[in-house]
Amino acid sequence: MGLQEPLLIGRDDSDDVLEKRRISSDLRFALKTYSPVIYKSASPCTSSMLKSIVLGSNHMNHVICQLSDEWGEPAETFRKKATMILEEMADNLHLSAIRLLAFILSKVFKRVFRRIRVNTEGIERLKKALSDNPVVLLPNHRSYMDFLILSFVFYTYDLNIPVIAARGLLEIKILSTILRRSGAFYIRREIGTNKLYWAVLSEYVKTMLRMGYAPIEFYVEGARSRSFKSLLPKLGLLNIVTDAFLKKEVADVTLVPISITYERPVDETLHAHDLLGLPKIKESMWALFKARKILGQDFGTSSIHLGEPVSLKALVQGDVNLSQYNLDHRYCNLPSQEIKAFLHHTGCRMIHLQEENMVISPFVLVATILMQKLICSISLHRNIVKIDNGKTMLVQEQQADSSTDKHLMQYAVTVLTCSMYRNQILHIFVRPALAAMALSFTNKTQKEEIFICYSFLQDLFSSEFVFLPGNAKQDFEEACHRLSEWGAVQISKQNIELTETGPLVIFFILSIFQPSSFLIFRYHNDGHSFLLMFWLILYLIIVWLLIKEKETIKGPESSRLISSKNRTLIKRRVK
Amino acid sequence: KELNLFWFVHCVVPKRNKRVCSGHCWSVCLSVAGCYINKMYYLMPDDSTNCFVYIFTFLNRQDLLKWNGWGYSDSKFIFNKKGQAEFTGKRYRLSGMVLPALREWFEKTFGASLEHKTPPRSALNTSDIPAPILNEDFLDDLKATKIPFSHEIEDRIFRAHGHCLHEIFALREGKFERVPDMVVWPNSHSEVEKIVNLACKHNVCVIPFGGGTSVSSALECPPDEKRSIVSLDTSQMNRILWIDEKNLTAHVEAGIIGQDLERLLNVSGYCTGHEPDSMEFSTLGGWVATRASGMKKNIYGNIEDLVVHIRMVTPRGVIEKSCQGPRMSTGPDVHHFIMGSEGTLGVVTEVTIKIRPVPEYQKYEVAKQRCAPASIRLMDNAQFQFGHALKPQVASIFTSFLDGLKKFYITKFKGFDPNQLCVATLLFEGDREKVLQHEKQVYDIAAKFGGLAAGEDNGQRGYMLTFVIAYLRDLGMDFYVIGESFETSVPWDRVLDLCRNVKERIVRECKERGVQFPPLSTCRVTQTYDAGACVYFYFAFNYRGIADPIHVYEQIESAAREEILANGGSLSHHHGVGKLRKRWLQEAISDVGIGMLKSVKQYVDPNNIFGNRNLL
Repeated sequence: MGLQEPLLIGRDDSDDVLEKRRISSDLRFALKTYSPVIYKSASPCTSSMLKSIVLGSNHMNHVICQLSDEWGEPAETFRKKATMILEEMADNLHLSAIRLLAFILSKVFKRVFRRIRVNTEGIERLKKALSDNPVVLLPNHRSYMDFLILSFVFYTYDLNIPVIAARGLLEIKILSTILRRSGAFYIRREIGTNKLYWAVLSEYVKTMLRMGYAPIEFYVEGARSRSFKSLLPKLGLLNIVTDAFLKKEVADVTLVPISITYERPVDETLHAHDLLGLPKIKESMWALFKARKILGQDFGTSSIHLGEPVSLKALVQGDVNLSQYNLDHRYCNLPSQEIKAFLHHTGCRMIHLQEENMVISPFVLVATILMQKLICSISLHRNIVKIDNGKTMLVQEQQADSSTDKHLMQYAVTVLTCSMYRNQILHIFVRPALAAMALSFTNKTQKEEIFICYSFLQDLFSSEFVFLPGNAKQDFEEACHRLSEWGAVQISKQNIELTETGPLVIFFILSIFQPSSFLIFRYHNDGHSFLLMFWLILYLIIVWLLIKEKETIKGPESSRLISSKNRTLIKRRVK
Repeated sequence: KELNLFWFVHCVVPKRNKRVCSGHCWSVCLSVAGCYINKMYYLMPDDSTNCFVYIFTFLNRQDLLKWNGWGYSDSKFIFNKKGQAEFTGKRYRLSGMVLPALREWFEKTFGASLEHKTPPRSALNTSDIPAPILNEDFLDDLKATKIPFSHEIEDRIFRAHGHCLHEIFALREGKFERVPDMVVWPNSHSEVEKIVNLACKHNVCVIPFGGGTSVSSALECPPDEKRSIVSLDTSQMNRILWIDEKNLTAHVEAGIIGQDLERLLNVSGYCTGHEPDSMEFSTLGGWVATRASGMKKNIYGNIEDLVVHIRMVTPRGVIEKSCQGPRMSTGPDVHHFIMGSEGTLGVVTEVTIKIRPVPEYQKYEVAKQRCAPASIRLMDNAQFQFGHALKPQVASIFTSFLDGLKKFYITKFKGFDPNQLCVATLLFEGDREKVLQHEKQVYDIAAKFGGLAAGEDNGQRGYMLTFVIAYLRDLGMDFYVIGESFETSVPWDRVLDLCRNVKERIVRECKERGVQFPPLSTCRVTQTYDAGACVYFYFAFNYRGIADPIHVYEQIESAAREEILANGGSLSHHHGVGKLRKRWLQEAISDVGIGMLKSVKQYVDPNNIFGNRNLL
């Protein structure tokens, strides 16, 4: 999984959305007859009807009564609160807004992108899925553009415009209103803690599913991945959707993983800045206005791959004991351990499916090499060659020493940007790399011992990379297979042995995983005996840790990147 | 023959009359005796000094009833020469009427055509029936008891099946792997005891047989049963032994058929109020053994609420309570081992059942809102249309004009869409004043939700569907359409989800399994409880182009059952488990539950004499 010729998938029979846009009128496009495929047992429903259904639902009544008992306040106050929450949250899907947005986006995209590629069979599959079942769209999240580009594509192909879970943006009144009218709904961070909020959100999402109101789109990763490396899944919304199915409010739900890849993401430098710990630019109208300069730039091709629809019912089969739902109260919301494990598993699987269909642009490969060259040669000749936004070029003039700080910063941004690009390929190499590392660690040839080490490593990095839980054995087998394909090892029944070229390949793979830091590079240059390898990992972790901790101060994403469990593990090892 | 008839009339009927004073028995017996006297099983008693010559003529139901379909042989749906549907016979309100809308509905719903016929074979292929395995010792001892028995092929085959689709299909064009080897007709509790004792002594398998209306494969003989299988037909134990007017109870033999019981009680001014859909053919003992439910249970209760005392013959002996106290705290109620035992523990022989005075006033109504009258049924739109297809032709122009006017009023003036409309049929029962008062309450609620009273006529048609639906299946089977009904019970909050999901699952499964035409997949709520409801599904499809329709059907049904269970529905509300739903029982009642049942079976029947292998 994740290793099958990622370059080829999505290349064949894909369609360029912009091609047609360039030869016909945008206005006509915006005003075209739009007759989307809708869920076959959908009941027609406007967003205001939806709201009143949510507020009048048994679930809401139940929670409100419970809360009013708990706090000793009249139910009316909670009802008002719930109404307010819903008003703030709910979308206001309107065809006119979508047409307006389609017009604007068409203009913008044509300037910014060369191509927007979409796989045509994915569209056909989705069309069928949309009419059969309520659909949940799960794109990866790399850029602010993701949902815009997706809705644009949906409009183009006459697919039912999704409602999209969004975070933030509420501060920008005008923008948020426009987006709300084109299908965004807003989630605040108190999702997990506030009972009433949770009730409103879950009932809102479930009602949309039940009524077949529109496909629901949210990001499994929960937030934009600044490092371009897949994040561990966030389970909140997935839980709601699964709950609706497990409680049989819907017969089945179709999950559609979507991989969006940009040749050059619109917000690439923004991400690097974020990673460096620069204060996050507050999302405001002014910031948006300032960002207009991107309109003049070229961001190449972006590719959208609509994955194979997955039936939630098929996933649940055998994994979850349904009879527990027959006995619990209907509105009891605490997911059991079993469900949590299932959700995590499903989340990981969805992310894997996204990764599988990611398009890897040539520059990603270049960056991968570049990052190693950076270590080995380029950085040695830093006075001659400089890396600027992914381009290797001669340094023109030595910058004045007065601005060392700024210079350093700039350098860091460049390196980080580069490593971000490289990170897009990590998911292909992570398992073989761990296997290789385990191989070097144990310095033995017995498969089993190497596996023990491998599973330790996988466990250690389980919050850093996305692994399917409970799948270590299979992952290991696959990794070994990969390594042997690359000529690094020879596999017999019980043993794994390095080949002659082995060390070289392994060195290559491992160096992909180096963080862009000098310290490590120096140690690394000395060779890779067992001890040094050990140190390498420690450094790797510590440096990452430092970066992450810096982030923790400002970014939400970073805090969970290294879990406390890993920290203690690391500390123990350091001692 | 003349002589036999004479004796029959004189000897058997007066004996019955003495006990139950019923005019009804006469007619049935006479018709049977008149037509089918050639089917007689007689035994000369040893006591020849007694001038009475016992001639046992058994109500061989296969002569009165269809051998390969539902109900009476004279009642069935046919398409007449003009191509219009017609219901033959004289027994039902619908009998002899032309149903002009049925054909169109039939063709439209199933994509069926009158040209594509699948007629059943005209008679049983006797060579298909396995030869009986007889236990000679048992037979000898049985002869000594003078209890009548038979190994005629017709008798055996008639008791080899219930009314599951695959069983009827096997009768029409397939064959049975195993059928009972002989049939015995005990006449009383003590005769049953004798038979069971002999069965234990000679290790013979006994399968009790009541009305034969099972829809859970409960009557199917286990194909690998090597012992002789005896079908114990309770039909001769059909007397009301006494009626206690003080306690309002009646002591009845368990073989009595539902409609007979009701009719006989009515003569004395009483009723049980227990009306399962199969009451024309099912027996009291069968109700007890399967935990039956009647349509008017809101007033009278289900079978477990109705029985006061049960007597059952088991291989260990007779089980019964020592008194008829209305309620006891004597440990777990032993009646609950009996009710739902589905013939695995013994034969129910006598039951004391609660009775009530016949209600003064009955009224069938249709409304759109729920309440709790004697009976309430809520149908979905597909079923409403189904019911409408059974509207008989009206005689006069005036009535048809009136009908048109009504339709115009409802669809145009009131704005009901015939393709979305759903109906509830309600049955009110009690004294006149109460009924009217109740009715008004319901209408008020209905009006609040935009409902409309549709009148008694429509209400009665709703209930009629219940009784003729099984006949309709036979009609369908003549034209490539197979179908079945199944039921479940489910808490209120899940009713809607369950109905929607199961119906949808059926449609989807049909598609996936290559059924060419969209199936009929419809449901109704037939019983309401405080904590939930019983939901009934009708499912039928056109199987043209499918090689093994029964297999496909079974796969779809079991998928539907999986869906029901996943939606919080029960394994069965009143049909029982039998062998059809056995595989889910463990999941349904837990390992410990299964263990409890097993240990009871182990104690009561260690040698598996009652070896129909239901439940466990």
